Amino acid sequence: MNDPSIRNAGGAPNGRISGKGISMRRLLALCRKESYQIVRDPSNILIAFVLPVILLFLYGFAINLDVSLVRLGLLRLDDGPAAVSFEQQLRGNPVFELHPGASQAALQAAMSRGEIRGMVVIQSDFSSKWTHGQGAAIQVLTDGSEPNTANFVSSYVQGAFANWQAARAPLADGTPVPGLDLRSRAWYNPATISRDYLVPGSIAVVMTIIGALLTSLVVAREWERGTMEALLATPVTAAELLLSKILPYYVLGMVAMVLCTLVAVLLMGVPFRGSFLVLAGSSTLFLGAALGFGLFLSTTLRNQFNAAQAALTAGFLPAMMLSGFVFEIGSMPLPLRLLTRVFPARYFTSSLQTLFQAGTIPAILVPNDLCLALLMVFWLTLTARKTTRTLD
Amino acid sequence: MTEAATAIEVRGLLKRFPGAPAPALDQLTTAMRAGTITGLVGPDGAGKTTFLRTLAGLLSPSEGEVRVLGLDPCAQSAELREQIGYMPQKFGLYEDLSVLENLTLYADLRNVVGAERAAAFERLLAFTDLAAFTGRYAGKLSGGMKQKLGLACSLLGHPQILLLDEPGVGVDPISRRELWKMVRALAGDGMTVVWSTAYLDEAELCDDVRLMAEGRIRASGTPRELMDPMVGRCFQITQLADSPRSLLHRVLNAPEVIDGAIQGSAVRIVLREAEVFPDLARLGAGAEATFRAVPPRLEDAFISLLGGGPGGDSALAQVTQAREPDPALDPEGIIQARHLCKRFGAFQATDDVSFAVARGEIFGLLGPNGAGKSTTFKMECGLLKPTSGQALVMGLNLEHSPSQARQQLGYMAQKFSLYGQLSVRQNLLFFSEIYGLTGETQRFKVQQMVETFDLAPFLDTLAGELPLGFKQRLALACAVMHEPQVLFLDEPTSGVDPVTRREFWNHIHGLANKGVTIIVTTHFMDEAEYCDRIGLVYRGRLIALGRPDDLKQRCATPERPDPTMEDAFIALILEAEHE
Repeated sequence: MNDPSIRNAGGAPNGRISGKGISMRRLLALCRKESYQIVRDPSNILIAFVLPVILLFLYGFAINLDVSLVRLGLLRLDDGPAAVSFEQQLRGNPVFELHPGASQAALQAAMSRGEIRGMVVIQSDFSSKWTHGQGAAIQVLTDGSEPNTANFVSSYVQGAFANWQAARAPLADGTPVPGLDLRSRAWYNPATISRDYLVPGSIAVVMTIIGALLTSLVVAREWERGTMEALLATPVTAAELLLSKILPYYVLGMVAMVLCTLVAVLLMGVPFRGSFLVLAGSSTLFLGAALGFGLFLSTTLRNQFNAAQAALTAGFLPAMMLSGFVFEIGSMPLPLRLLTRVFPARYFTSSLQTLFQAGTIPAILVPNDLCLALLMVFWLTLTARKTTRTLD
Repeated sequence: MTEAATAIEVRGLLKRFPGAPAPALDQLTTAMRAGTITGLVGPDGAGKTTFLRTLAGLLSPSEGEVRVLGLDPCAQSAELREQIGYMPQKFGLYEDLSVLENLTLYADLRNVVGAERAAAFERLLAFTDLAAFTGRYAGKLSGGMKQKLGLACSLLGHPQILLLDEPGVGVDPISRRELWKMVRALAGDGMTVVWSTAYLDEAELCDDVRLMAEGRIRASGTPRELMDPMVGRCFQITQLADSPRSLLHRVLNAPEVIDGAIQGSAVRIVLREAEVFPDLARLGAGAEATFRAVPPRLEDAFISLLGGGPGGDSALAQVTQAREPDPALDPEGIIQARHLCKRFGAFQATDDVSFAVARGEIFGLLGPNGAGKSTTFKMECGLLKPTSGQALVMGLNLEHSPSQARQQLGYMAQKFSLYGQLSVRQNLLFFSEIYGLTGETQRFKVQQMVETFDLAPFLDTLAGELPLGFKQRLALACAVMHEPQVLFLDEPTSGVDPVTRREFWNHIHGLANKGVTIIVTTHFMDEAEYCDRIGLVYRGRLIALGRPDDLKQRCATPERPDPTMEDAFIALILEAEHE
């Protein structure tokens, strides 16, 4: 045991100076360590690669703002040709599944049981009013307890009625009017458009989770496990520490971004009309802001649980509610509209929607990217200021 | 040469944390010589870790001056950092990195590269016996191996100063001894080592000792210097007529005695003044009883400095009513473990553990961290389901027995498990309600606990802000308020100062005398002596079971006729490994 060579186990002293700036060797060593930790922790892989795919499919298929098949009750109290013709119009529309009823009471009972989503009542004087041009009308009753569906039902039926009127117009005033207005078909079947619009938004949500949630854990974990103390006792600098946390998670985030885009375009059939280079640039800026935010929480709170809570509340939730992903920012009250401006997800959602649906439109993308860059600088600077070389 | 003689110098060091009522370090002035091992000893909260962190430049002093190798650790950290090796309490290892990856990381960070690195790795791996495990993740190493790897990482880059923060806590005694030998070898080569520890027996081996309590250095000197005033004051009373436990109780109340402890069938005492003995006849020690001088220990010096032990009475025992034994129960098997096995995935945490604890007996479970004592303990009180085997308390399996059975049981968890955000009074009320105390009975018991444990001044203090000793008292109060017949204590004394430890054992002895059956875990080897019987747990197996004296006698050799409990443990581990 009494080995005299132990004293010099680390080699001879050579008076190297360190402490300032960045040593590539130390930075690489720290990045390598961080990467091993990412790869070896299954929960990271789960969050970075499995969760995005699940969320994309969830948002892409489950959150659907359209109604594909409406079970509609029909009470026709009129046997005239006009009434029969309108019924045929409704039957011919694939959106509706008609449930004819004997009485209004029976249909109302069916609606309260949830068997039908709404009902159309054609009064007994419908045909005669139509024939005499007295402004024939139908009555639409919907289930107000599901306002979204109720809206769809009433607008679908209104649309169908408008179409029917347009088609029958020559009979009324004797002048033939050519064909139907084909554009109105898009109104009936907007399902694909809804997904095209939701999927890019959900990519922003997914990237917020990866950028802010994962990084909110990493610095706090070092504090909790006591490794930060050991690191700080070495010649490592604050800049190296910070960079070693940013770079590996940036790479992870970009890989997840590529995965998300591939899933959206190849598996879900969402069109991409913009430039991939611009997409990469915007993603970089967004990840910078999200990582900076997560690291800031982790560095100040020094506790994994608290930091993750904060990241979910201040990162994930606003990305869902205030990014324009589901709820349109334009229809929010002014204070909320202003609030959305501090969340990076807002700008990223807008950029993604533009790049996927419309193309590379500088008028939208440039201001978005500038705001993201500003937020990135803000959070990273704040984190850098909080990254100290002591435990105080 | 004066520069070389003093490696570390501290003058008027004061460290105050924002929000804390008292400074963590209060006017420390001391110096440490180059090439020596200085032990920082004291209970939790004494300021050991804060002091080491200040030396490492990780904390800045609020006041005063710190010089390490003549440099200011904060202002000149860049120059100093490569000269200091620092091993924090949890060893600072990355559990999901292999042994070699941990070493490589720290070598890169400490600028140890090229051929120099290869040579350093080779030497350190040989030195720490880890060469065969370079590919293993640090998280999968045993406590002793982690400790050695932590040491190896902090030794990279030729430090002249080595700061070790409680390296021996919870590590098995064999690894502790090996670590000690390594550090001794390093100091022999001129390295200055500062070693913080809660174990006073560990500090006895240091060249120089600083006894710390409440942020202050209470005594400095070599172990010999510190123990000198105790010479002629330490004796063993042997050949007792009665049980050592009852004699200890009486002898601690004698005015001539400041401290005492059970040692097997004998009682070890510390006198207030040299050669002023208590009257053995009056103490009822028996006609045969005699005094035998024994060498002083550092613990004696520390207790003497702190003003002596707490006397022999347990206020708790006085208010506890003796219970008549339940004739329906087997008095020899109040607590029973029958072939207990617990498996976590591929890991066998306990393997075929069997024992029985008699009524009024104190049974100790001893072993290093991770050996399986807490697992055994938790299965016994119904908190964990055994993979196979049975755990019975008073003939019942607590895992699926009614709450009346649990009503008979008191449990004090290893970690402080009271509500830190509730005041002392609220905690007492809450736990009394949980155990179904109401109305007058509840008021009476809460008041009784407050008086018994001197909690009155702290009634409105949040439990989380109590001094450690009082936290432990409150935890015990909450565990015994409903007068349980069986008491489970999981490391009740870890981290507390030796005087509070004495007080705790007075309570435990007092309760056992009233017929309470007690099972206790500890990693203080000397505390095993307080138990009637002990079970040694090592790597999930119960490797020995018996009275402390018998276990020690099993390992007595002509060269070592009077082995300590730690000697016995090491011998028994080696014996178990040879089988």
